[in-house]
Amino acid sequence: MSARTLRGAAALVGVADAASPTGELDTHGRALEVAMIHEALADAGLTLDDVDGVAHAGSAGGLAEFLGIRPRYLDGTMVGGSSYELHVEHAAAAIAAGLCDVVVGVYAATPRSDRTRPGGQRRAMPPGPNPMLEWEMPYGLRLPMGAYALAASRHMAQYGTTAEQLAQIAVDTRRWASMNPRARFQEPITVDDVLASPMIASPLHLLDCCLVTDGAGAFVLASAERARDLARPPVYVLGAATGGTHQMITEMPDLTVTGGAVSGPAAFEMAGIKHDDVDLLMGYDSFTITALLHLEDLGFCAKGEGGAFAADGRLGPGGSLPMNTNGGGLSYTHPGMYGMFLLVEAVRQLRGEAGERQIDEHRVAVAHGSGGVLSTMGTVVLGTEETL
Amino acid sequence: MSASDLKLIEPPVSDASAPFWDATRERRFVLPYSTATGRAVWYPREVDPAAPDQPFEWREASGDGVVYAASVHHKPGPGRDPEAGPYVVALVELPEGVRVMSNVVGCPPDDVVVGMAVRLVWHPLSDGRHLPQFTPA
Repeated sequence: MSARTLRGAAALVGVADAASPTGELDTHGRALEVAMIHEALADAGLTLDDVDGVAHAGSAGGLAEFLGIRPRYLDGTMVGGSSYELHVEHAAAAIAAGLCDVVVGVYAATPRSDRTRPGGQRRAMPPGPNPMLEWEMPYGLRLPMGAYALAASRHMAQYGTTAEQLAQIAVDTRRWASMNPRARFQEPITVDDVLASPMIASPLHLLDCCLVTDGAGAFVLASAERARDLARPPVYVLGAATGGTHQMITEMPDLTVTGGAVSGPAAFEMAGIKHDDVDLLMGYDSFTITALLHLEDLGFCAKGEGGAFAADGRLGPGGSLPMNTNGGGLSYTHPGMYGMFLLVEAVRQLRGEAGERQIDEHRVAVAHGSGGVLSTMGTVVLGTEETL
Repeated sequence: MSASDLKLIEPPVSDASAPFWDATRERRFVLPYSTATGRAVWYPREVDPAAPDQPFEWREASGDGVVYAASVHHKPGPGRDPEAGPYVVALVELPEGVRVMSNVVGCPPDDVVVGMAVRLVWHPLSDGRHLPQFTPA
């Protein structure tokens, strides 16, 4: 093999997502997935006939069968919310290796409307040996927020991070959401609002926690060669990497350090970028602490300094490091596995299509997904054609 | 609320964890040690990933611990009674070199802080087993 790099081999050529201020969507399941796929393909100027690869966190084969296509590449990687960053990484590698040319990835979940839809309720835990059931559930750990609360408690004790600093992340994210007409919550909030919201699992308040909404999205990733003459400007994968550390929170080696400390530097190196080059950080914000850990582990600031780094508002509109410009999982949408929306917003910003919330400089974006309970991190560095 | 009123999900017993739970009937807190590495392994696994053909050696732990991380759950997790009030979910580091999840009981929840020394206590389960919890030392 030649150099261990994916830089420029593949590009995101089409994206789609769906969300609503009501938090609910009218369709669900495969119908919603197929709608997203068609929208993303139309965005790219492609059709299902062009697709020779599928990625789906759970049933890639089932999706291909439903679509009536016979892919030569299937990825069923399921690691929670960062699955979609891993799907892009794997698909870019497959394309670089010549295994396929055009891969569609899709996600749809409707936890909010499922509450009232007959048969829509979540299924019970699967049978079989389950360490989490044996060693965590008897202690009343409330997932997912309990795990993140433990991480936040450790970060506060070890580095002096404050509730106000975490709250600022929610405040800045809401400022972005106020410019997204599809965001679930668009009314500005203050640090005091966050601190006055009910304590869920200390030190996390309600407004430190992501939403529960319906939502869906899709991407089309094509080889650089195919990408050149499609409908929209290609957004190239410049670098991608994964870092896994554990599955259940008890087993996380250090609750203040995620696998992003591995995936981030690796993806940045592959992309050949430095932190100053990053115009947009889409950092998975399941909770405020999640986003804070990304800032440190990706190296935007030193370990332990994330609180002070976030506290000056630099992550919001007009700030030096725009983060989660769609309003994030905290205010835009969070159907359970949010990583797809990181990619979609990054592409829209890099193409200059983000409307009122469009950032001025838009050449390089980082989509950084977190899956499980800070378990599996996937970093994807994206860039416009001029960054190649 | 007394400890015996606590509602919780009683942990299932697997082949891997049977020696652990059997010992709790006698209020003994035992840890599996890898004979390959000499180190305690948590959680109890079906086989030792370092030496799949060698059984674990079970040794009794000191019962000491230090709070590594702690969260007062105001909104209860599965199995817990919402009427029972906030409780502490903690990760506790044991001097034996492993970290376990537990509850810290016997003090006001907000008194539990990272770095606090804690000591093993037992909560009786319905079938004669006991659930290990911790209390300020």
